[in-house]
Amino acid sequence: MVFEKVTGILAGNLGIDASKITSESTFEDLGLDSLDTVDLLMSIEEEFGVSIEPSESLKTVGDVVNEIKKLGVNE
Amino acid sequence: MSFQIIGTGKKVPEFALSNEQLSTMVDTSDEWITSRTGIKNRYILQDETLSEIGGIAANRALEDAGIEAKDIDLIICSTIQGDYITPSLACMIQKEIGATCPAFDVNAACTGFIYALDIAASYFARGTVKKVLIVAAEAISRYADYQDRATCVLFGDAAGAVVLSSGDNLLSIKLTADGNNEFLTIGGHKGNFPLRDISNHNPYMYMNGQEVYKFAIGSICRDVTEVMEQAGIQNEDVKVILTHQANSRILEAAKSKLEIDGDKFVSIIDRYGNTSSASIPVMFDELKHDGKLVKGDIIVLSAFGGGLTTGAAVLRW
Repeated sequence: MVFEKVTGILAGNLGIDASKITSESTFEDLGLDSLDTVDLLMSIEEEFGVSIEPSESLKTVGDVVNEIKKLGVNE
Repeated sequence: MSFQIIGTGKKVPEFALSNEQLSTMVDTSDEWITSRTGIKNRYILQDETLSEIGGIAANRALEDAGIEAKDIDLIICSTIQGDYITPSLACMIQKEIGATCPAFDVNAACTGFIYALDIAASYFARGTVKKVLIVAAEAISRYADYQDRATCVLFGDAAGAVVLSSGDNLLSIKLTADGNNEFLTIGGHKGNFPLRDISNHNPYMYMNGQEVYKFAIGSICRDVTEVMEQAGIQNEDVKVILTHQANSRILEAAKSKLEIDGDKFVSIIDRYGNTSSASIPVMFDELKHDGKLVKGDIIVLSAFGGGLTTGAAVLRW
């Protein structure tokens, strides 16, 4: 599942408690600054083999999950 | 035939600007700057000129090399902009040190020092020079936007210089450019012709930090791997790795992706901020004067910057 993998990356790279991450969590809530967000996107690109540009519209974990799904990745 | 480095020098402006003092001018704080960039201090030009600090760095490098200004066959200056549009900074430094050889500037933004090394290597290969002076001198404080707290805190002014003599110590080098005016620009001035509309023109620096961060990490990893392969060296052969000092976060991310011992990465960003192309020769000078380089040591260089440009090289000390 895309959401679980994204949560796993957040937990693994940034030491965030996975149980506290929901679709609605914003990166700001999770304590990520703009460069942490880029790190996350780069890890996601590696994990899923997709290309995601940093964008103001990607504010929550759910936004990123949807973006990955839009690129044809469903698991 | 390429070259060897026989002397180094550096000079920063007299005025040191701490995060605390900067916080009195710009809406920011030491905690914000330190946690996001690793920078604690930078030096800013006030009454001195870039030609003067570049000249001092150059004279120190000449003294270190044990040669005189008249012995130099070529001066290459790396800068995004000297004190004037013309004369070039290289000509002004020639005047400062009393040399008589040809002199010109090269602008490859933060990658400029590695571009200058590559140009110097071709002069040595042609056999028309015996000693080359490279000075990387930058005054980004003149172009940083002190209304933009996300970028102005990053930059400092500095000059670093090296003297090259013929030798065989350039083991590999690679340059790239990818024309892009979206991620990083400095607009500069457009003059006062009355019929030109410049109302929307930004003369200062604009940087998309997220895009530049991604570009920087990707290019360090790609370029370092490639120049090490070209030179036929392994991770354990490397003594030190000098990357352009833009942000400690970039350095940490590159460390975690490259399989080179993290202790080999040199960092001076806390003391100087991002000094554009001056950062690598300043590191050379500090390593040399701290006695950390021994003949035969393998040094990897990597830089990235506006253009977008990148460069990397493997040198033997």
